Amino acid sequence: MKVQDHAQAAAQFIKDEERTDWHDETLWFVRKKRDLAAHGIPEWEQLREWASQIKDHTLSNLSHYLESFEQKATANGIRVHWAADGEEHNRIVHQIIADHDLKRIVKSKSMLTEECHLNEYLIQKGISVVDTDLGERIVQLRKEAPSHIVLPAIHLKKQDVSDTFHDFLDTEKGNNDPQYLTEAARQHLRDYFIASELAITGVNFAIAETGGFVVCTNEGNADMGAHTANVHIACMGIEKIIPKAEHLGVFLRLLARSATGQPVTTYSSHFHRPREGQEMHLVIVDNGRTRQLGRADFRNSLKCIRCAACFNTCPVYRRSGGHSYHTAVAGPIGSILNPNLDMKANADLPFASTLCGSCSNVCPVKIDIHEQLYKWRQVIVQAGYAPVSKKLGMEGMAAVLSSPALYHFSGKMGRTTLKYAPFLVNNGFNPWYKQRDMPAPPAESFGEWYQKNRS
Amino acid sequence: MKVALFIPCYVDQFYPKAAIATLELLEKFGLEVSYPKNQTCCGQPMANSGFEHLTKGCNNLFVQNFLGYDYIVCPSGSCVMHIKDHLHTEENEAAAQDIRTKVYELTEFLVDVLKIEKLEASFPHKVGLHQSCHGQRGLKLSQMTELMAEPFSKPGHLLSMVNGLELVELDRKDECCGFGGTFCVTEEAVSVKMGKDRVLDHERNGAEYITAGDLSCLMHMEGILKRRGSKVKIIHIAEILNHHLS
Repeated sequence: MKVQDHAQAAAQFIKDEERTDWHDETLWFVRKKRDLAAHGIPEWEQLREWASQIKDHTLSNLSHYLESFEQKATANGIRVHWAADGEEHNRIVHQIIADHDLKRIVKSKSMLTEECHLNEYLIQKGISVVDTDLGERIVQLRKEAPSHIVLPAIHLKKQDVSDTFHDFLDTEKGNNDPQYLTEAARQHLRDYFIASELAITGVNFAIAETGGFVVCTNEGNADMGAHTANVHIACMGIEKIIPKAEHLGVFLRLLARSATGQPVTTYSSHFHRPREGQEMHLVIVDNGRTRQLGRADFRNSLKCIRCAACFNTCPVYRRSGGHSYHTAVAGPIGSILNPNLDMKANADLPFASTLCGSCSNVCPVKIDIHEQLYKWRQVIVQAGYAPVSKKLGMEGMAAVLSSPALYHFSGKMGRTTLKYAPFLVNNGFNPWYKQRDMPAPPAESFGEWYQKNRS
Repeated sequence: MKVALFIPCYVDQFYPKAAIATLELLEKFGLEVSYPKNQTCCGQPMANSGFEHLTKGCNNLFVQNFLGYDYIVCPSGSCVMHIKDHLHTEENEAAAQDIRTKVYELTEFLVDVLKIEKLEASFPHKVGLHQSCHGQRGLKLSQMTELMAEPFSKPGHLLSMVNGLELVELDRKDECCGFGGTFCVTEEAVSVKMGKDRVLDHERNGAEYITAGDLSCLMHMEGILKRRGSKVKIIHIAEILNHHLS
């Protein structure tokens, strides 16, 4: 259970203003790189439209594409498993590990396994997994959750990483040189890659037409793990399906440009079948996705390709940090996905936005994120998860604003109060006043002025 | 042409000068403008907080007040967007639908309907233009930096006709100020931090005034400017467009 809601955790984050500024600037830099990369392709907006339509089409025919994918993948020699929820996903992965009695396990980045809390599940079974994505390894050593789906350790500065590596990898204390630290991580991870017996990876795209899947990384860590291990388990949500291989030309061009401003991820690895002597498993997970698919207002959130462009552009995310979202997938997209997983626990998230709309504009698959945030707010309030104080305040406000007489009276009272008894408003109980002055009360409202001057 | 003036509740109460400037500006173009006096609020504060179901009273009132005009003009992109997207009423849905197509934000009305190419206005100051999100991304009053498309700006176009006005370049052209309706109190820390950063961008680039199409953003930034003892002032775009050197 979460301890703090988004507003509280964000307030905590912002207390260190210098670090907040650094976090904001760093992610804004990524947003600018994305802009530059997108400007490099004249057909950018066309690509977004195609990506959106391909995903819409796929979601409307999802069972068909999933079945044809399963058929092709099975024919290719991949063992396909279906998991209804996170628990079943974890059980399946554990069963495969237990069947082979394997100990040395590496995992490349998979937000799905974070969503299902696979690492924690396996630890309880006495099995430890080494995360091989550099950022994920850093947060794993620190026993933290990733704060960003593409840049998992973006909340940390190089001195934090230096301290962590000093504690766990015995690097020199105070050596903050990124090259030195990366080399230390490289040596540390290399040992695990060479010895790995089982590799877990995520899936970026699963192609119904071929039964193959694509894993995108910048570090090549998915390949290093999968190429040395005799057992490869890939985990994917049901929404990762695309109909044809040719559609990759749309998505791969959009993904890295949206994510980091690179033309393409350094490694876009295509897996079609196990190599000789290898076992390849694919776990296809629902975990609430069909429920989301059934929600007319929210179904197209499943188009997400996890590029995190919405994180980087979000002025709230940049100033509150990923951990304030207390979920595996943070940021604007997380705020429309997580209420589906647990509405009560994530009731605060759709409110962690100004509805500025920048997220929807950068989204490479055109998810109307900010409109869904608005709609989730309605659903959450209707479900009774709004604080009582807010409910009472809103009812009071609605009553005043529904009556011209009450409105005119309250307006006058409010302005008079501000003029003659400002201490009633300008105090610690008014969150506006904490760091902002109230507007100076004018002598008369526009309505009163109009009455005198125009009627 | 029958034009109704729609003044947001907080503008009516706290910033009557912007409302007067809007009215005078429209009158300068020879329009007969009425102000339906029983108007209150568009209902957005409740709706954006998840209480759209409580806006029936506001919606009915809005329809009663604004029925039968050719155009409804408002000096706020945010309130206009709310009406366009969410005005419904069980009592008279046809009227609500009609109103949704007739409501205009002030700068889009001046540019798209009146097709203003010349203004008798003068404001010899360095001005930073804050792009209020709902006007910009909601009503598409200006091109958005996220999209790979031709730049344009309706408020910018109007400001370029003002004598002596110098628009300052901002480091972040269209970042949100953090007001966000009830967000400004429920997420006070993030809201203020966003506002501070916005204000600093204008200060750093030499703005004497911050202007915008929405006073909600300006009210939030003004609160921060005043608390910081800044010399930078806020002014609604209608006040600049209506401004003369005496």
